[in-house]
Amino acid sequence: MTATAPNALNFECETGNYHTFCPISCVAWLYQKIEDSFFLVIGTKTCGYFLQNAMGVMIFAEPRYAMAELEEGDISAQLNDYEELKRLCLQIKRDRNPSVIVWIGTCTTEIIKMDLEGLAPKLEAQIGIPIVVARANGLDYAFTQGEDTVLAAIAARCPTPTAVSDPEERNPIQRLLNFGKKKEDVQAESQQYHDHPPLVLFGSLPDPVVTQLTLELKKQGIKVSGWLPAKRYTELPVIDEGYYVAGVNPFLSRTATTLIRRRKCQLITAPFPIGPDGTRAWIEQICAAFGIQPQGLAEREAETWEKLSDYLELVRGKSVFFMGDNLLEISLARFLIRCGMRVHEIGIPYMDKRYQAAELALLTKTCTEMGHPLPTIVEKPDNYNQLQRIKALQPDLVITGMAHANPLEARGISTKWSVEFTFAQIHGFGNARDILELVTRPLRRNQALVGLGWQKLVAN
Amino acid sequence: MKLAYWMYAGPAHIGTLRIASSFKNVHGIMHAPLGDDYFNVMRSMLERERNFTPVTASIVDRHVLARGSQEKVVDNIIRKDTEEHPDLIVLTPTCTSSILQEDLQNFVQRASLSTTADVLLADVNHYRVNELQAADRTLEQIVQFYIDKARRQGTLVTSKTPTPSVNIIGITTLGFHNQHDCRELKQLMADLGIQVNLVIPAAASVHDLARLPQAWFNLVPYREIGGLTAQYLETEFGQPSVRITPMGVVETARCIRAIQGVLNAQGATVDYEAFIEQQTREVSQAAWFSRSIDCQNLTGKKAVVFGDNTHAAAMTKILSREMGIHVVWAGTYCKYDADWFRAEVAGFCDEVLITDDHTVVGDAIARVEPAAIFGTQMERHVGKRLNIPCGVIAAPIHIQDFPVGYRPFLGYEGTNQLVDLIYNSFTLGMEDHLLEIFGGHDTKEVIHKGLSADSDLTWTADGLAELNKIPGFVRGKVKRNTEKFAREQGISEITVEVLYAAKEAVGA
Repeated sequence: MTATAPNALNFECETGNYHTFCPISCVAWLYQKIEDSFFLVIGTKTCGYFLQNAMGVMIFAEPRYAMAELEEGDISAQLNDYEELKRLCLQIKRDRNPSVIVWIGTCTTEIIKMDLEGLAPKLEAQIGIPIVVARANGLDYAFTQGEDTVLAAIAARCPTPTAVSDPEERNPIQRLLNFGKKKEDVQAESQQYHDHPPLVLFGSLPDPVVTQLTLELKKQGIKVSGWLPAKRYTELPVIDEGYYVAGVNPFLSRTATTLIRRRKCQLITAPFPIGPDGTRAWIEQICAAFGIQPQGLAEREAETWEKLSDYLELVRGKSVFFMGDNLLEISLARFLIRCGMRVHEIGIPYMDKRYQAAELALLTKTCTEMGHPLPTIVEKPDNYNQLQRIKALQPDLVITGMAHANPLEARGISTKWSVEFTFAQIHGFGNARDILELVTRPLRRNQALVGLGWQKLVAN
Repeated sequence: MKLAYWMYAGPAHIGTLRIASSFKNVHGIMHAPLGDDYFNVMRSMLERERNFTPVTASIVDRHVLARGSQEKVVDNIIRKDTEEHPDLIVLTPTCTSSILQEDLQNFVQRASLSTTADVLLADVNHYRVNELQAADRTLEQIVQFYIDKARRQGTLVTSKTPTPSVNIIGITTLGFHNQHDCRELKQLMADLGIQVNLVIPAAASVHDLARLPQAWFNLVPYREIGGLTAQYLETEFGQPSVRITPMGVVETARCIRAIQGVLNAQGATVDYEAFIEQQTREVSQAAWFSRSIDCQNLTGKKAVVFGDNTHAAAMTKILSREMGIHVVWAGTYCKYDADWFRAEVAGFCDEVLITDDHTVVGDAIARVEPAAIFGTQMERHVGKRLNIPCGVIAAPIHIQDFPVGYRPFLGYEGTNQLVDLIYNSFTLGMEDHLLEIFGGHDTKEVIHKGLSADSDLTWTADGLAELNKIPGFVRGKVKRNTEKFAREQGISEITVEVLYAAKEAVGA
């Protein structure tokens, strides 16, 4: 496993038995992100119990997601899918009146071949609420790719300029930045921007991070016309042929493809804005696409590294093993190698070498510059085999899904839940600290517990 | 199709895996798509389990769908046999893979030709039964399998142990306070001079199952899991069972008396009355609490109860009979066993509620406005919204149901724990009472949070808008840090850019 080719990344596909969360988990963050949405997961008790239990998503007073629980009659096709879904969607309309209902198809709807894409337009016309269909099933996708299926479906619904009277007014971020300013000031401000084709960013990020990345680009004179998804479905960005698009997350290859093929956009292939190195490279690539010379980026990156120095001392020389869970692995590994860590193995559920091309190139470059051997990237890893390798390697840190964390800790191996990186704010220069805050927590915990002893709590 | 927001009981495969992974050295194989294997997460996280959960998902993906699963499932069974050397491998589909209608029984037979371990397909219908029913059935299935096997091999021992002995049936992983209850029940049996023959499935080896018939009787503490196994053993070997949940002073005594009856019918001469007397009078504080002045103030307070059959029924009886609390309604989500529940709580509450729809339960709580709720995590949540205290008495499990300290619900120590739970749940009520007597808390209002006036700095509209997006509990800190940063930098106007520059500078 450790044998690496000198000049190229070593890809393996174990196609093993591995654990990650189900892609329907994207509902947990997307219903919060898109404030006027309702997510309807069409699946079984198994899906429902997952959302409730493993994700710990609690039903609040005004829930904006629910299960359409398939019962025996649905499975054996004794009931009419259209009538059943209509009944449920009318109830949702009555109780919550959302701007959009997102149907999340599951493994079960795939297996019984329920024609959600065929049913949605008819029902949409009948009840007067847009219905978006995403197939976030575990037969084809892993964990965070659920977001990809939803965004790809929504991308098809973004309006064209002809469909909207004043596209400027629709841009909520621009409205926010212009909040309270006079119209003349706004016009004056528009001169701060270079004249470039419209740029739309895609990927679901918490609102403060959206603002931060938008501001980073503003510093370069680049105007972000909109984000996919927007805070509200009714504020989806305008997209037209020739618009430029750039992703912020490494798991959005389908969304990228949809934007290129169906909306005829230009994709800016860049590393992802994770870590100061990645953020700088991301901005540089966007600048390059528009022929803009970036200003002060090297200084900005250097400053950020300077601010991380206390954490860097903790991680330098330490080793890390990614079991593979949320598809952020390549970006995180690249950043941690730049921080001076050693990466044994990068497990990842799915590797799209084209969409991640720039990130993989940056990983290779980082390894060369840091004198780090090129790590092995293991797609669809086998968790049992990985545990044997971890046992042999004894890494300082394992970034893993939740099922393996406690057992590894009990064997004296420090872990961090990969899911925390999914939910934490890790994008942009300023948030690099939050990544290291997470990465160093087990290391700092170990320092704090030196006096405790009892490092292993199971018999060998 | 059913619009569902919340489930009180999980899907069938969870029940099967709870049984499989409770046994020692049994491996579960899930024939399931990626992500359906969250049982491993639940066990590892909720139980803070130190060992790797002995469950492997044999993943169904597009390729497998196209080619058929047989090869993969069989390979995985054989692989786990060589890697983990389990005594038994239990194969289960999930709701999803069960509709593929593959001949899993055939896979199992093929695999078992090449394995040292026994291989079983869990026999449950994933669309007709829930977690609890599936657990009950899987336990019965495994017991039956090993009894039959022992019988064939001539290793079955049916002669009784020389002294009175018991099998405790139904203690499982991810059960509500099961580990604590198990310790308490073992202690109780020791106090009664009864030898514990086997506890199943928790930490039992499947090889021991052939010894089950040796016990004088079976104790099934929970209504939901273990009943089918006890029934099977009774039919097969005439082994009597005691199915009274020893929860609360009265029911614990009734359970012990039933045990006495069962033992004496088999030739023993035990008399547990003195033990019951001593425990109730001196060891348990519950009876005394019921007679104390504290509990007097609970008299006639309104409460509602909701949970699984075992805990909801027992709690209703305790509140009503042992505390004098008025149970307005008692309910269960075990719809499949509703008749039993109705019979158990008859006379102890005004109304009975049988539903697995949490909104119906929520509405029923709001309608009654009880002084306290005894329910599941969902009712605790409802109570929070309505400002009604709730004691959690039943699954669905939550990390809070796995306290590190000793908190049984059963036996005499259980009665003490229940008193604490009930008393603490009603504290609000007690405080109300004291407030009435002494005229209320200090009512002076806090006008200013800070001690100094507003600062000299101005926030621009966009800065303020961004600040207001920051969650309330940290907003004050962010505002202070930003203003400090602005002062240090000589900035008088705080824009959104300044806000984020400050965040980076101080890492706030």
